[in-house]
Amino acid sequence: MLKINNLHVKLEEEDKQILKGLSLEVPAGQVHAIMGPNGSGKSTLSYVLSGRDGYEVTEGEATMDGEDLLEMEPEERAAAGLFLAFQYPVEIPGVGNMTFLRTAVNAQRKARGQEEISSGEFLKAIRAKAAELQIDAEMLKRPVNVGFSGGEKKRNEILQMAMLEPRMCIMDETDSGLDVDAMRLVADGVNALRSPDRSFLVITHYQRLLNHIQPDVVHIMSNGRIVKTGGPDLALQVEDEGYGDLLAEAG
Amino acid sequence: MSEAAVQTKDVTPQVSGAPKPVDALQARLDALSLPKGGFTAGARADALARLREMGLPGPRDEYWRYTDPRPFNAPVPQPIPIEAREPDSPLFLDLPRLTLVFVDGAFDAAESDDLSLEGIEIDTLAQADTGADHWAKGLYGVLEASGQNPVKRPFAALNTAAAQDGVLIRVTAKPSRPVHIIHRRAREDADATWHHVIRVEEGAELTLLETGMAGARSNGVIEADLAKGARLHYIAAKRAGHQKLGNAHLFARVAAEAQLKSFALSVNGTLMRHEAFIDITGDDAVAHIAAAVLGDGNVGAFHHDDTVFVTHGAERCESRQVFKKVLKNGAEGVFQGKILVKPGAQKTDGYQISQALLLDERSQFLAKPELEIYADDVQCSHGSTTGALDETALFYLRSRGVPRDRAIVFLVLSFLADALEEIEDEVLRGQINDRLEAWLTRHGNQ
Repeated sequence: MLKINNLHVKLEEEDKQILKGLSLEVPAGQVHAIMGPNGSGKSTLSYVLSGRDGYEVTEGEATMDGEDLLEMEPEERAAAGLFLAFQYPVEIPGVGNMTFLRTAVNAQRKARGQEEISSGEFLKAIRAKAAELQIDAEMLKRPVNVGFSGGEKKRNEILQMAMLEPRMCIMDETDSGLDVDAMRLVADGVNALRSPDRSFLVITHYQRLLNHIQPDVVHIMSNGRIVKTGGPDLALQVEDEGYGDLLAEAG
Repeated sequence: MSEAAVQTKDVTPQVSGAPKPVDALQARLDALSLPKGGFTAGARADALARLREMGLPGPRDEYWRYTDPRPFNAPVPQPIPIEAREPDSPLFLDLPRLTLVFVDGAFDAAESDDLSLEGIEIDTLAQADTGADHWAKGLYGVLEASGQNPVKRPFAALNTAAAQDGVLIRVTAKPSRPVHIIHRRAREDADATWHHVIRVEEGAELTLLETGMAGARSNGVIEADLAKGARLHYIAAKRAGHQKLGNAHLFARVAAEAQLKSFALSVNGTLMRHEAFIDITGDDAVAHIAAAVLGDGNVGAFHHDDTVFVTHGAERCESRQVFKKVLKNGAEGVFQGKILVKPGAQKTDGYQISQALLLDERSQFLAKPELEIYADDVQCSHGSTTGALDETALFYLRSRGVPRDRAIVFLVLSFLADALEEIEDEVLRGQINDRLEAWLTRHGNQ
């Protein structure tokens, strides 16, 4: 599904190298976790993959099902099936949650040559999915993320994911700022979306989220590269021992 | 007291050989046919005397520093082809309302609805002014005259002296429908001057809508007098042509417990100056003035000036000024806003925000927010910001698959949302929102 090969990325404005030869492959249907200390480049990786401005790829490639991601505009990547759940979902006053999401769903469908979804169908689908995530129907009418608590914002991200039905989901520290109950709700939402043709890349600081979303593979990232890859046990090892020994071992 | 000029701009000095101010005023007056007036005769003569005393504004006048008054001073406007406007869908036409049509500022009875509606008396100025007496006699030119201090507003005085027509509305109850004034154009070179007087009696309510475009140049004045507990909701969506010159004044007197809410949408226009003078005279009154302005310098020069003066003269009153401008391709926006709190106007809650969203580096916004406070137990704030689109929000929307142009429309609507919030009626707000969205979509790719 997602293939990243020897990716080098620097910040455009500061001429600062962030990713230094990162390679990674997430096959269809798998959940991969990326863990790593602050400043290792985890968020940069999620932004570069989803097409945010301000980063320059100096070397390497990233493809999704063989298509060059890095050449595409952010909306093209979304239409191709990529989704980024933001660490800090953005508030957009004056734009209704529902209007925004229906515009997004239909823009993606249009880009893929599919027919637009009718208001009735959309309403039915979003109500069902919101109920699963325990999102109040009133919240759907409110402006995007405005006045939402931290947990509500993250659940709203998962709702968007559920409605957009991406094939490749990147989750950037979705667990940050969540209490235990909210984390479980988010994890349940993600688990409900797991399927043989959908993959996840879960970026997190802590192992805790991975108790709820069982990864197939865990990567440890440091200084712009993947330094160690293993099974779910690797996350437990991080939790017990911290990054210090692991990173020393990886050289 | 605080005063801040965020940015200043050079104003070209008057061209040598231009007529002297007095001659310029005479030339301006000569080009108009000044009605003698019936019940307005005295007010018109007084206004003319005021105007002669103050003269036409020059670029050195403090309140004309950011806006060149010369196109307003010129005896006649440049003609504008009748078709020179954007093909906007009409507003409010599907709503129940009482329609009054004005063509280049003159009432068109054949195109208008019957003027009778329960709870409201409607006359037209030209018609009523054939008589010597009218309820509007105590208001016509009176609120304008009291709005001449401390800042001179010569074009308002000119309007009182020269107005051809307008509507005189006295509201005594809560009419079942809004009144909708529609402006249309007929002559390419029309210099349209109209003057409305609105009196909302104690406890009465009116929603007044005003849309369309009049003249190649227009000068419109509204004098609104709100009695105790009265409510006036005024929503203007003036459709300006790209070469249009427009000058508008709203003078309002707001008595105790009365509520004034005004919202104006402006798109296009070479030179637009909208002034509001709000005098809050009774306790516990509320006055909100808001505007959303969209300018695209690519379809013709664009300059829009909002100049607002709110006076608090009573206790526990609330005023809000919310002015938002979206500017692109070299468009210019100006905001001059003042809150004056008089001695004794305790517990005043005064708020003012002016914001510009600049969609490129060639556009500019000039703001001069002012507070002048002579009471010690008040809460007043003002803020002014100039910014570009929020790149993070833009990326957020695009990352969900919303194409860039569409995402920008969302963010502009988001920027304007506070101003639109001042429209209480959801249906009216929705239609204004749709009009904005359509304009933004048309102007998206340039």
